[in-house]
Amino acid sequence: MTQRNTAAPGHIEYVLRLGDNALILGQRLSEWCGHAPVLEEDMALANTALDLIGQARLLLTHAGRLEGRGRDEDQLAFLRGERDYRNLTLAELPNEDFGRTVVRNFLFAAFQVPLYQRLTASSDAELAAVAAKSLKEARYHLSHAGEWVIRLGDGTDVSHDKAQAALDYLWPYTAEFFAANPIDDAVSAAGIGPAWHNLEADWEAAVVPVLVEATLTVPARTPFASYGKFGRHSEHMGHLLATMQTMQRTYPGAQW
Amino acid sequence: MVTVMLTESQAWQVLGDVPDPEIPVVSVVELGIVREVASRAGGLRVVVTPTYSGCPATEVIADSIRAALAAAGAGAVDIETRLDPAWTTDWMGDAARDKLRAYGIAPPSGTAAAGGVQPIRFVAKSQTCPHCGSTDTERLSEFGSTACKALYRCRACREPFEYFKPI
Repeated sequence: MTQRNTAAPGHIEYVLRLGDNALILGQRLSEWCGHAPVLEEDMALANTALDLIGQARLLLTHAGRLEGRGRDEDQLAFLRGERDYRNLTLAELPNEDFGRTVVRNFLFAAFQVPLYQRLTASSDAELAAVAAKSLKEARYHLSHAGEWVIRLGDGTDVSHDKAQAALDYLWPYTAEFFAANPIDDAVSAAGIGPAWHNLEADWEAAVVPVLVEATLTVPARTPFASYGKFGRHSEHMGHLLATMQTMQRTYPGAQW
Repeated sequence: MVTVMLTESQAWQVLGDVPDPEIPVVSVVELGIVREVASRAGGLRVVVTPTYSGCPATEVIADSIRAALAAAGAGAVDIETRLDPAWTTDWMGDAARDKLRAYGIAPPSGTAAAGGVQPIRFVAKSQTCPHCGSTDTERLSEFGSTACKALYRCRACREPFEYFKPI
């Protein structure tokens, strides 16, 4: 069992980032429920969202225990202010269209897979257990999204152009995957999780061959930086939270 | 009042009759969801593991376990959720796989430990149709009615079927 009040702030922050990534992308993907282009993809996106929200529940529950202030998964998911969320900016961006949705799922799953792989050896046993479980799910997400990236990129002129536009739009936000602040050094030194920059080579090795097979042009790196994982979010985050939090804000403590 | 307590092996028998809510032909024991049953003062402690992180059946399963054990006179039942080791379809025995097939769901092929997810490419591995036994099948969707299943179609008998993915 997790002990109370023993976790370093960086440790809590690290687990919050993982949980918030899953929560916010899960929330975005659930917007597709009933709206996807075909029924099969409606189910696929809803099931991916369900996996992510399930991961978020485990991770936020764990973060709440580490914090030791009695906050549970619901309080962390629904009652924080915007700047207290630690998700990657990429996760909160609007879905736009099916192309951008699957390209984002692909870029994100290719990040989650090596991350969870390394976290299975975390010095935090609970985190290692969540990672081992979530890794199995992330692999299916990667395979599903990757197939769609190839199908759209190497498809019709229209699907190719939309997939390329999605990639060009999303790519600058992926630099944030590998950005760190001083808190991260302590976390990786304690063996809790990998240093973010150590994941970049694995991510590129998973991403680039699929983009090439999809006949998409890999965009160049730019100086653009986003800071969602440090609590500074895009203009889209407030709108997402307004929708996500409205039930708990209106009826505090409401339960299913 | 005399309370008749269940032994651990009696409790396993009771749990062997608790169906999975989404695939009622197999029990929660056959799926490998129940990991441990232990007697303790005044009742039982049951350790369960979730299948998928977001599986909506997890809470229903805990309720069914509690209800079945209560009906059998188990006294107080504590249900503990344990994540480690992570649930795998490799824990499903041959009997459970046969029941899935008879129900129209193709059981997981190969082992999850050996890497159940194929590399990214268009043509998915063919699975054997549980209706007619043909291997001339095609995948329609990586995700079926639940996260644990993919949707297939048999080209021979033209019937759709679900495939329980190795995980």
